[in-house]
Amino acid sequence: MALSGIQIYKLLPQTNCKECSFPTCLAFAMKLAAKQVELGACPYVSDESKKQLAESAAPPIRLVALKSNGTEVKAGNEVCLFRHEKTFYNKPGLFIRVKASDPDLAQKVATADAYKVNYVGMDFSIDGFAVLADADLGTAIKTIRTATKRPLILMGDPASLQPGLLACSGETPLLYAADASNADAMADLAKTHKAALIVKADSPDALAELTQKIQAKGVEDLVLDASATSLSAALTRNTQLRRLALKNMRALGYPIIAFPCDAKDEGIAAAQAIAKYAGFVVLSEFKPELLYPLLVLRENIYTDPQKPIQVQPGIYEINAPKPESPVLVTTNFSITYFAVANEVEGSGLPAWLVVTDAEGMSVLTAWAAGKFDAERIAKAIKGFNVADKVSKKRIILPGHVAVLSGEVEEELPGWEVRVGPREAVDLPAFMKQVLN
Amino acid sequence: MPIDIPKDKWPGSIRAITIGATSAEGGTRAKSITVGGQTTLPYLHFEAPTPNQPVIAIEIKSRKPEDWSPLLLETWGEAMNDSAQWAKKAEEAGAGLLVLALTVEDSVEDAVKAVKSVLAASGLPLIVWGPGQAEKDNELLVPIAEATKGEKLVLGICEDKNYRTIVATAMANGHLVQARTPMDVNLSKQLNILISDMGMPKDRILMDPTTGALGYGIEYGYSVMERLRLAALQGDAMTQFPMIVTPGFEAWKTKESKVGEGVPESWGDWKARAINWETLTAMALIESGADVVVLRHPESVKRVKDAIGELVIA
Ligand code: SF4
Repeated sequence: MALSGIQIYKLLPQTNCKECSFPTCLAFAMKLAAKQVELGACPYVSDESKKQLAESAAPPIRLVALKSNGTEVKAGNEVCLFRHEKTFYNKPGLFIRVKASDPDLAQKVATADAYKVNYVGMDFSIDGFAVLADADLGTAIKTIRTATKRPLILMGDPASLQPGLLACSGETPLLYAADASNADAMADLAKTHKAALIVKADSPDALAELTQKIQAKGVEDLVLDASATSLSAALTRNTQLRRLALKNMRALGYPIIAFPCDAKDEGIAAAQAIAKYAGFVVLSEFKPELLYPLLVLRENIYTDPQKPIQVQPGIYEINAPKPESPVLVTTNFSITYFAVANEVEGSGLPAWLVVTDAEGMSVLTAWAAGKFDAERIAKAIKGFNVADKVSKKRIILPGHVAVLSGEVEEELPGWEVRVGPREAVDLPAFMKQVLN
Repeated sequence: MPIDIPKDKWPGSIRAITIGATSAEGGTRAKSITVGGQTTLPYLHFEAPTPNQPVIAIEIKSRKPEDWSPLLLETWGEAMNDSAQWAKKAEEAGAGLLVLALTVEDSVEDAVKAVKSVLAASGLPLIVWGPGQAEKDNELLVPIAEATKGEKLVLGICEDKNYRTIVATAMANGHLVQARTPMDVNLSKQLNILISDMGMPKDRILMDPTTGALGYGIEYGYSVMERLRLAALQGDAMTQFPMIVTPGFEAWKTKESKVGEGVPESWGDWKARAINWETLTAMALIESGADVVVLRHPESVKRVKDAIGELVIA
């Protein structure tokens, strides 16, 4: 739990020596509580106080980073149960499971590694590979490292993991898994090779017992596997673990890993894991038709709900418009933009789409707030030099702002102003029937 | 060291609402369907049981929708030309409810006939949507409500700009209504208040908070639903209605589902992707509190139904 200014003050020397450049220790403590200064600015804090302050500042869910040569996948640091309370921070890493024994290992890894898909101007890819040690792991990892640089999860017993760890020294892989039967050996391995470690047990009690034991051996980067075998069990377990962690139960303050690869319906299990608290998600194989929707779902769930997503204002070309194609106007609220762009794109009809800067609001909201008016529309048409691109000076306004058409005509002499449908879904029909 | 699992106890609960009436209840349905009744967040069985499962409705139309994705046209085939046939096939595909969506081309006579033929062809409880234009909705839904008095249909879609006529005829003829608002907690509440103020019994309202598909605004719908459900459990009476959402409609209008050609190779196999799009949209919404999901493709129906089966078992 974060400490208050007064609590922090009690841990400071209380000499008011001013070396931190604040007049009193209390003033400094208040700034510390507000996270506006660093503790290092006071040269006189005792080691004991430092330790207490560091502990209190630690996030309820530890940030665990898997590293390989230059790339990194992070999970943890989450602070809420529902995304609307704040936001979800670290998108769960999507890992593809491969087998060390697979004769096509290099090629399979290379294909998945090269995968890239674009969603709203962002490129998404997979995050790493989970390698099953069903054959010599050292050899397999050498092969894998010819095909990908992404971080790895290594799955096997302590003896089979050892050669794998040697083959990826200098990295921080994630080991699967320490359970009640092998916790000591796995903890030793993780410690020696500076790896992160999955802890597996089927109840919060048993998980906490194991993490405390392993932590005592000096392994800090842990990940929880609640070994749930159904959607309902996984939901229950992940919810309980997240709640307990947020209540500052340190022994359970770690990211969770999910294995939809073993579920009856992999896509559904993965979707639930993404929505409900997983930090790492292991998939059975590389399937773009599932990866793409999962990557999009992950992006959506981990979007900061406080910020409306905006698209860049500008003139967008849909279906290769020609000079005589119609000019449609909308706002830069992303959902509004996508609704319109999607309908027009789906219809196959060419159009110019002018996205005005309405501060990320939808048509009606922006109009009500005065962020989508004749002046702004005219400014966009002029600013984006629309007249240079088209032969027919005619713009289509959203039906919801039909009242603006007179003013827009005044602001844009020489332009014909038409009122389109209220809903994007009716645009194709409008374009076919009314405009032609 | 036994850990105390934190459990939430809520002052409020969701209303249990029954759709459809059997002959004993004054209708002709083979059975009625009850949704809602929850006393905690979705499927947290360690806090409270799930009293009623979420239900899958399949959307059929009074006329063959030529603008639907070829994948849907292919799977429903000939049956799309006849709502009664389509209804039968939808029931076989595992629907728990049917949605019959009318079109602007329907005359009053066509629309009443379509509803009656669907009721005759399948014993499932029925939701009827007008074409979505205020005047036409009212023109079609009033005679339908009268012709099916006592069936406990759900009539929709009520929106703030057009709800009075639909609510009045639903009240007079023993039906329910679907109340839709655009992804906003307060707007949902407001419409529910307006409808209740007309005298509509509170056990005859389904609220539709609207949702977007994966990639097209699902994050808004998802969080609005979570917030509505939390508000209801905290005791806000005007949010304590079961939620109906339309992931089928939303998912199948996206390019990802609708189109198979001229799209990036990284989108993968068209059919599998399209069904994933609908299924994953539906599942995310079920996790956030949906009580009725309206779907379109039989394969999504099957997958979502299996997943519901897995979710509701403690
Ligand atoms: S430097 Fe440390 S001891 Fe001196 S005033 Fe600042 S907080 Fe107090």
